[in-house]
Amino acid sequence: MSNIKYILGHFDDPDVMMHGIDNLQKNNISIYDVFTPFPIHGIEKKLGIKRSRLPIAAFCFGITGTITAFVMIYYMLVIDWPMNIGGKPAFAFPDFIPVMFELTVLFCAFGMVFTFFYVNHLFPGRAPRVMDLRASDDRFVIAIDAKDNADHSKVDSILKEAGAVEIKHNERKYLSYDEE
Amino acid sequence: MAHFDLSQKYEFSANAKRWSLIMIVVGVIAVAFGLFTGHAERTFANLLLNSYYLTGVCAAGLFFVAIQSVANAGWATSLIRIPMAFGSVLPYAAVILIVIVVGGLFTHNLYHHWADPELINPASPKYDKLIAGKSGFLNVPFFLIRLVAFLGLWVLFMRALRKYSLNEDQVGGMLNFNKSIKTSAIFLIVFAFSSALFAFDVIMSLEAHWFSTMFAWYNFAAMWVSGLATITLTLIMLREKGYFSWVNDSHLHDLGKFIFAFSIFWTYVWFAQFLLIYYANLPEEVVYFEKRWAPEYWPFFLLNIIVNFVAPILILMTRDAKRNFQIMKYICMVILLGHWLDYYMMIMPGTVGTERGFGIIELGTFIGFIGIFAYLMLNSLSKAPLVPKNHPYLEESLHHDI
Repeated sequence: MSNIKYILGHFDDPDVMMHGIDNLQKNNISIYDVFTPFPIHGIEKKLGIKRSRLPIAAFCFGITGTITAFVMIYYMLVIDWPMNIGGKPAFAFPDFIPVMFELTVLFCAFGMVFTFFYVNHLFPGRAPRVMDLRASDDRFVIAIDAKDNADHSKVDSILKEAGAVEIKHNERKYLSYDEE
Repeated sequence: MAHFDLSQKYEFSANAKRWSLIMIVVGVIAVAFGLFTGHAERTFANLLLNSYYLTGVCAAGLFFVAIQSVANAGWATSLIRIPMAFGSVLPYAAVILIVIVVGGLFTHNLYHHWADPELINPASPKYDKLIAGKSGFLNVPFFLIRLVAFLGLWVLFMRALRKYSLNEDQVGGMLNFNKSIKTSAIFLIVFAFSSALFAFDVIMSLEAHWFSTMFAWYNFAAMWVSGLATITLTLIMLREKGYFSWVNDSHLHDLGKFIFAFSIFWTYVWFAQFLLIYYANLPEEVVYFEKRWAPEYWPFFLLNIIVNFVAPILILMTRDAKRNFQIMKYICMVILLGHWLDYYMMIMPGTVGTERGFGIIELGTFIGFIGIFAYLMLNSLSKAPLVPKNHPYLEESLHHDI
């Protein structure tokens, strides 16, 4: 068995690449992932990619912010140091709302950004995972798991037929920056 | 992609006609009942509430059309004839509103906080210095001139936009499209100023001693979100009858996002008005909320926030809910009832106070105005094809996918 882990088909046109995806799927060849320099409408549906769970994370961060703000102000203004502000009771809930709102937005925004970076390996200390550098430049790349699809020549011929301009057989999943 | 019958026209069925006429009759009976059982003031307050609501929904339809064309937005093109039909009810709504306001002024059932000439007569014992100071702006002739001028202007813009759209069906090309962008842009500027003064005049002057600069935005938000909910509800109900088959869950998703966002916007301006008054605690300002925090209105004050903020934000938060026709249908109904209550809280404490109620008058008048709206709007919708077939963005709208 060969050491080839992934087969990358390079295309220079998004429509040709979409057609290539159709051809691969028709031949029951599973696609590992597709990398494009810009978003392509409808590609998630075609590849059957599940919706991002980022909104759920955002909701959790947001609600954490709301609770943090409430607890913080309640401790400050009601328990620790009650003050007479405009003759209102110490626990004047409407006054809390702007701060609760602000911390909700703050927690939500930072939480989402950091979650997104972490999941995508863009966090400081994590090595970015890139399968092909030109996918962020001028090439549309279809990655196929070579272990799942044993018939490499068939994959190659389908890609070539669909209009791939370059086909790579990679022995490593992610490229190493030392080699480039 | 399925092929759609884009020349489809709405047929105003006998059944729909009968039901909307029955609703109008119910409304007339309720109003007559109110007037003849000695509840004239309460009846007038209800008539004002509903006619203001109706005018707001129709103006929101016009506003929707204008915004879509100024923003060069394509997604709503295939359903734009619904808000346009709302717009063509505007002349009738305007006449009804003017008749009620004039009737209320001259029977002293409405606007008695400022419309009484005794209040600005220094020799009279009823002389009110504050009202006298405002009488340069708040006097009956100028008040009526403003009302007629604003509504008349909006109607003129509506006529122009509708004419361009219908003309486009006949001749095609870009001429009418470009003209509607220009007209819409001018309308939006006019509307920004006139809708603010309109809200100050018709609703805020009911309690003429009190004022809030936030009131215009607050009313705009209520008008806009209830208009969006009515557009969505009309669309869903027509779709259930087999019309608008080309409208998919992506269109609904966009309308849902609009409703979700502007429910939050409504809360934002509502709260901006409330918090500053609560915090500053100035006697001339808190009097407004004093009335609404009295036991008479306190439960409805809270209910208003729950129905118009908590319900939409929790129910419409997920993407799946916004793409579901059933959920959207019910949340639209909830929001429409919620904004009825919102207007109720604006109007009743300052006019009828503790004489308020929920009964035949409230329910009947509301049903009557739904009937008027449904009859006139569906009648206008049946006059033109449901789709502007030569609109340059029609294809974009039919393929809308998000």
